[in-house]
Amino acid sequence: MDVTVHRRTLAQLVAGLRAKEFSSVELTRLFLERIEASQPKLNAFITITREQALSAAEAADRDLAAARGGALTGVPIAHKDLFCTQGVRTSCGSRMLDNFVSPYDATVVAKLKAAGAVMLGKANMDEFAMGSSNETSYYGPVRNPWNTDLVPGGSSGGSAAAVAARLTPLATATDTGGSIRQPAALCGVTGLKPTYGRVSRYGMVAFASSLDQGGTVTATAEDAALVMREMAGFDPNDSTSVDRPVPDYVASLGTPLAGLKIGLLKEFFDKGLDPENERRIREALAVYEKLGAQLREVSLPNLPLSVPAYYVVAPAECSSNLARFDGVRFGHRCENPRDLMDLYKRSRGEGFGAEVKRRIMTGTYVLSAGYYDAYYLKAQKVRQLITADFTRAFNEVDVLMGPTTPTAAFEIGAKTSDPITMYLNDIYTIGANLAGLPAMSVPCGFVRGMPVGLQIVGPHFSEAKVLNVAHLYQRETDWHTRVPERYA
Amino acid sequence: MALTREQIENIAHLARLQLQAAEVPVYQTTLSAILDFVGELDRADTASVTPMAHPLPGLSQRLRPDAITETDHHELYQENAPQVAASLYVVPKVIE
Repeated sequence: MDVTVHRRTLAQLVAGLRAKEFSSVELTRLFLERIEASQPKLNAFITITREQALSAAEAADRDLAAARGGALTGVPIAHKDLFCTQGVRTSCGSRMLDNFVSPYDATVVAKLKAAGAVMLGKANMDEFAMGSSNETSYYGPVRNPWNTDLVPGGSSGGSAAAVAARLTPLATATDTGGSIRQPAALCGVTGLKPTYGRVSRYGMVAFASSLDQGGTVTATAEDAALVMREMAGFDPNDSTSVDRPVPDYVASLGTPLAGLKIGLLKEFFDKGLDPENERRIREALAVYEKLGAQLREVSLPNLPLSVPAYYVVAPAECSSNLARFDGVRFGHRCENPRDLMDLYKRSRGEGFGAEVKRRIMTGTYVLSAGYYDAYYLKAQKVRQLITADFTRAFNEVDVLMGPTTPTAAFEIGAKTSDPITMYLNDIYTIGANLAGLPAMSVPCGFVRGMPVGLQIVGPHFSEAKVLNVAHLYQRETDWHTRVPERYA
Repeated sequence: MALTREQIENIAHLARLQLQAAEVPVYQTTLSAILDFVGELDRADTASVTPMAHPLPGLSQRLRPDAITETDHHELYQENAPQVAASLYVVPKVIE
C-alpha cells in the first residue's frame, strides 16, 4: 500500500477501495495502528474497537468484491463518544457513564453503518460536551497534534485531533455552542454544524436539546458533503427532526461563486480578535473576491449578547436533561447509600465532574422559583432578537463570514480556573446555534504555527450552498491538506 | 451578584448534587461571576419580544400518533442498571 494512503481524503479512499487499490482490512489496520501509536501523545480516543472494526472491514471487503454495499463501504471512521453505539461503551467523557454499554445505535451511527462505514472507535470529548478545550474529559485532556502543549479545542476535541493527525478520515461530532467548529479551527480541519433538525439527535446523549446538532469533522468540504448525504434526513425517533428532502450535497459542489454576496460579520471583527487571525481571515476573503464574490459588511447588533444568552439557555436545558442520571437505572451509583436522597446526591456528586456540576447548578438556579422570568424567559427573548438579526442579514447577503475563534489554540491549563474566559472562546460560534443555522469552519492559514479557521454561516437548510462555498475555497488553497509533521 | 454559601448549598440540594466542602467556595465565586456575566442580557430591550419557542421559525414540536410502537426490552436495558431484582430496579428503602 502507498505509504501516504492515510493522507488521502475520504472521497479518495472510497475511490481507492472501489478500484481495489487496497482493501478495507488493510485500511482499517493502518488507521488502527496510527490511533494506537498516537494515544500516549494525543489521547484522542476513549475506546478503540479493534476487533469489531476488523470484522466489519472483512464484511466490507466481501461487499466490495461483490460490488455491493453503500456510499462509504469499507471506509474507517470514528464516532464522538456521545453517539450511542450498540454493544460498545458510550461514556460521553464522564465517570457517570464509564460503565454504560449502549443497548442501541444512534440514528447517525446506524445510518453510517448502513452506508458501509467501519467504526474504529470512540473519540474523546469534554464531559457531556461541556467545554471548549477538551480538558473536562474524565479520560484526560486531548492534545493538539500541531503542538501537544496546546488544547485541541472542544468539546469535539478528540474528533478534531484525530482527523488533523489523520488517524481517521472522518469523525462525527456535535455542536451545541461551537463544539464542532471551534476544535476544527484550532486543529486545522473542516467542521460542519448542520441546521438544527437536519441530522437526527436520536441516540446522541442530550446536553441542550434546543441547540445540540450532530455533524462532521473531515479534511475537506467535499468529504463533509459525501458524509452528510448519508447522515442527514428525517427521523421519526427525533421529535425535532425536520421532514424535508435531503439534497445531493456532492452534486452541487463546483457551482461557480460569481455574484455570491458575502456578508462580513462586523461584530466578529472586535477587539478580542487576534490581529494575526484577522489577517488570515482577510486573506481568505480576498480569495473569494477573486472567485467573483462581492463582500459587504453587515451588522448584527444583538450578536454580542449571544454568549450571555447561551449561558442561561444551555445550562437550563442541561440541568433538566441531566436529571435522568439518578444512580438507579444506569450510570454511576455510589457505594452503600444511606437512603434514596443520599443515593441521588452522592451518585451525581461523584459521577459528574466540576464543569458539569457548575452548569447543572447554573441551570437549576436560573430555572428556580422567582428567577425564571429574569433569566430563562429573558434569554429566550434575546435569542429571538439574535435570530431576527440573522434573518435580516440573509435578506441582503447569501452567506456570512468571519473568524471561527478569536485566537489560535491556547495552552493546556491556561483557562481552566476562570469559566468566563473559557466560555468566551465560543463568542463567534454560539450565534449560529441560538438561531439554528448551518455553519462551517474551514482551515485558512496559520498564526504563529497554529491553524485558524474561517467561519461560513448560511440560512436555514442551506448546507449545499455552505459546502459549495467552502469547497471552492479549498480548490484555490491548500491549508486543508496540511498535516502536522509527526503525522505526515 | 455574590451568592452565599447557603445559596450554593441550596442550589446543590435542588440539583441533587453532593458537594465536597472545598467545592462550595469555588462554586460561590464562579456561579456569582456567571450570573453577573449573564446579567448583561438586561441591556436588551425585549419589552415587545415573544420568547423563542423553537429554533426554526414557524415550526413547533411534532407529535407522534398515540400508538404503541415499542416492544419489551427490559432485560437488555436493565443490563446497565446498578442493581436489579425480579426485573425491578432496587433502591434503598423509601417507606418504613
